Amino acid sequence: MSTSDSQSTPAQRPQRGAATDLAIELKGINKSFGPVRANRDINLKVRRGTIHGIVGENGAGKSTLMSILYGFYTADSGEIFVNGQLAHITDSRHALRLGIGMVHQHFMLVDNFSILENVILGAEESALLASSLAKARGELKRLAADYSLDVDPDAIVQDVSVGQQQRVEILKALYRGADVLILDEPTGVLTPEEADDLFRVLHVLRDQGKTVILITHKLREIMAITDSVSVMRQGLMVGTMPTAETSPEKLAELMVGRRVLLRVDKGPAHPGKTLLEVKNLVVADDLKVVRVKGVSFTVRAGEIVGIAGVAGNGQSELLESIAGMRDQNSGDVVLNGNVLSLEGDDGAARARLAGLAHVPEDRQRMGLVTQFEEWENNILGYQDEKAYGAGLILDIPVARKQAEERMKKFDVRPPNSRLKTSSFSGGNQQKIVLAREMEHDPKVLVVGQPTRGVDIGAIEFIHNQIIKMRDAGKAILLVSVELDEIRSLSDRILVMFDGHIVGEADPAVATEGELGLMMAGIASKEAAE
Amino acid sequence: MSVRRPLPRWADVALLPLLNLALAMIVSGVVIALIGQNPFDAIRIMTYGAFGYGEGLGFTLHFATDFVFTGLAVAVAAHAGLFNIGAEGQAYIAGLGAIAVGLLLDHTHWLLVLPLAIAASAALGAAWAFIPGYLQAKRGSHIVITTIMFNFIASAIMVYLLNYVLKPMGVQEPSTANVMAAGKIPQLRQFLPFFGYAPLNMTIIFAILALIFVYVLIWHTKFGFAMRTMGHNPTASLYAGISNSKMIIIIMMISGALAGMVAVNEVLGVQARIVIDYTSGYGFVGIAVALMGRNHPVGIALAAILFGALYQGGLELQFEMPAINRDMIVVIQALVIMFTGAMEGLLRPGLENAFMIYKPRQKADAVARETVGTEG
Repeated sequence: MSTSDSQSTPAQRPQRGAATDLAIELKGINKSFGPVRANRDINLKVRRGTIHGIVGENGAGKSTLMSILYGFYTADSGEIFVNGQLAHITDSRHALRLGIGMVHQHFMLVDNFSILENVILGAEESALLASSLAKARGELKRLAADYSLDVDPDAIVQDVSVGQQQRVEILKALYRGADVLILDEPTGVLTPEEADDLFRVLHVLRDQGKTVILITHKLREIMAITDSVSVMRQGLMVGTMPTAETSPEKLAELMVGRRVLLRVDKGPAHPGKTLLEVKNLVVADDLKVVRVKGVSFTVRAGEIVGIAGVAGNGQSELLESIAGMRDQNSGDVVLNGNVLSLEGDDGAARARLAGLAHVPEDRQRMGLVTQFEEWENNILGYQDEKAYGAGLILDIPVARKQAEERMKKFDVRPPNSRLKTSSFSGGNQQKIVLAREMEHDPKVLVVGQPTRGVDIGAIEFIHNQIIKMRDAGKAILLVSVELDEIRSLSDRILVMFDGHIVGEADPAVATEGELGLMMAGIASKEAAE
Repeated sequence: MSVRRPLPRWADVALLPLLNLALAMIVSGVVIALIGQNPFDAIRIMTYGAFGYGEGLGFTLHFATDFVFTGLAVAVAAHAGLFNIGAEGQAYIAGLGAIAVGLLLDHTHWLLVLPLAIAASAALGAAWAFIPGYLQAKRGSHIVITTIMFNFIASAIMVYLLNYVLKPMGVQEPSTANVMAAGKIPQLRQFLPFFGYAPLNMTIIFAILALIFVYVLIWHTKFGFAMRTMGHNPTASLYAGISNSKMIIIIMMISGALAGMVAVNEVLGVQARIVIDYTSGYGFVGIAVALMGRNHPVGIALAAILFGALYQGGLELQFEMPAINRDMIVVIQALVIMFTGAMEGLLRPGLENAFMIYKPRQKADAVARETVGTEG
């Protein structure tokens, strides 16, 4: 952090008083990692007092660009102007001094500290806390009033909602004097209602003269709240435009470089007999906290039942339990009329044997061994089948051949079964899992977060595959925190809140607002009263 | 943020271990020079002593046989994500199986004794490894802690048995009775005089078979697949319906069985009885052998021969250069174990950087992987 950074050279000084209306200007930013050019000659102008969206697929270079702005990386070449002044941002403290604050996707809060303590953490002004706390309390009050960011300064962070925690993150940045706020995928963890709250706050921030840079992959949000939007693709800035002059379809096309179908095309469902029945399922998590509190539902052949809910309301445990990965406290999972015995740490094998295929929520942690070659992951879970060798010996040529056939069918790129799985992109890894589970011709398919971290182009493909499975007469249980995904794929929607199914909705008629209320547990409380 | 830059395979399996070895040699040379001896003479004597003539080579291969077994024991467990530090104790206890067969069938024929002794040693080694395996699988007691403890327990049990139970009447030293006749595994020098007085025996054939067995087991069987799945990602094995608890127990037993083979080589192949601490740390050397050999049978074979040479060459050195005493040999062996085992990653970052300069393509791949993984 040299002093020359914050002081401009005489040649640039005239701009200081001239108060440019640009909060941030990037000129010709280049950043390469070896021959990979993560950012290529990026120019970006962000006007003060606006909400500016940045969209792009995974690996498009958004995060690299923001990391350069926030001081995590140094650009190979190019210039950054903050309020019209050239800045050589060396680290995030320096960025903060220039008024740039960042709200990360994963909150950086100390759970058992109060909100007030979290806000001053790292910004304490003296060794004795009392004076800092008193000062911060006043400041926090002022910020809350100015930006309608109400929080209880004495509440412990772990006791408040995720939406509140995000407010704390925003307050932290404001407390440190941020004028420009960068938010990285801020709505991933929020209910629709909380997201609306956040948007309101962002609007207030903007109206009070702050500048907001919003990184997201949700085009709907871009359309709803930004003033202008920049699209990145493969390290290039492919366009910046006022939001009013664009459309989701146009943005998606810019992001992918070809036309993309955003709506899922599906015909009506023709449900047959019940293939999956869950009865009074009670499941605890690893810490023995009961997460699924008596859930019952059925899924029939040829229909997709979607479970909507904010992450952490028991969906993960429900899914893992049905798939045999997690023991049940009580209740039954009935598949095609047979009660599955799923206890023990090899329950998943018996579930598979009964005809249940499982695309797990977290493919890298569960669904794949990333150190394996692709063909090895193609047999994961099915390795004991006769098809891969009659006796103890694994028939490797057969397994490889099958893997390559499936890679072709599911358009996995590159189609080389000898490659390490970690060297495939997120979308291709997901296709590897889907190919394995779908090609096995199961009766029931349970799918968790099918498109998490997957590029738009691959999302379209994956959604179509799921519809295809439905039309082939499979019973499909879909869990996703992406409400849009649930709404466009499901034939019936169940809403899960706090371990219970709190409601059922018809995706054709239910509005997002209604679903949002159920996801927040409000409809159920009203019903109880 | 640092980008992971994997080395090319040949550099990882060959160049890096050789550099580590060279480093160990240099530091050893400095130590030898410090006590006023000529390090180049020392290296020459050690090399000649280990490989230069039949008897030396025989000793080297005899030690290597032990190291192959313990190295494989550690490697098999490592592929399943288990760190078996208990090969020493497992081999020690397995001696009971070997000596029982040897003594009971002393009047028959070695062709009968050999397979049964192998079976009995393997069974006892497996049984001793079963307990930590069971405790890990069913009770969550960490295998590293339990296997270390079980080395001490094994040692205490053997001291007790050798002193109070197995010691024949009229013998002062704590040891078992001697195998006299058919119970001894034939030494190769009986057929190949080239090996002089070296104790190299038939067991080496089983060491080679064990190398092949482990290779096939790990990379060509369904069990090996399940094992590697668990080793890389225990959540994925749960997802795949592989019972981690059963796997842990079975793999520990295979590991213990391999370690137990040391007993056949030492008890029936050389000493014809069990003496106190007959395993002399071979189980621990197995950890270094497995690390240096990258848990691959070919690497383990080479590393075992290296350590065999180090043991045999060390004995020779002690004899030829009286200023270098037993303790000095231990220092040299420890340095090699330290550089090739414990500090095996010492040169890795430097080497990876060096490769990056010449192989920008790889760096690009690594970066592409990293950025795909982290971008939101």
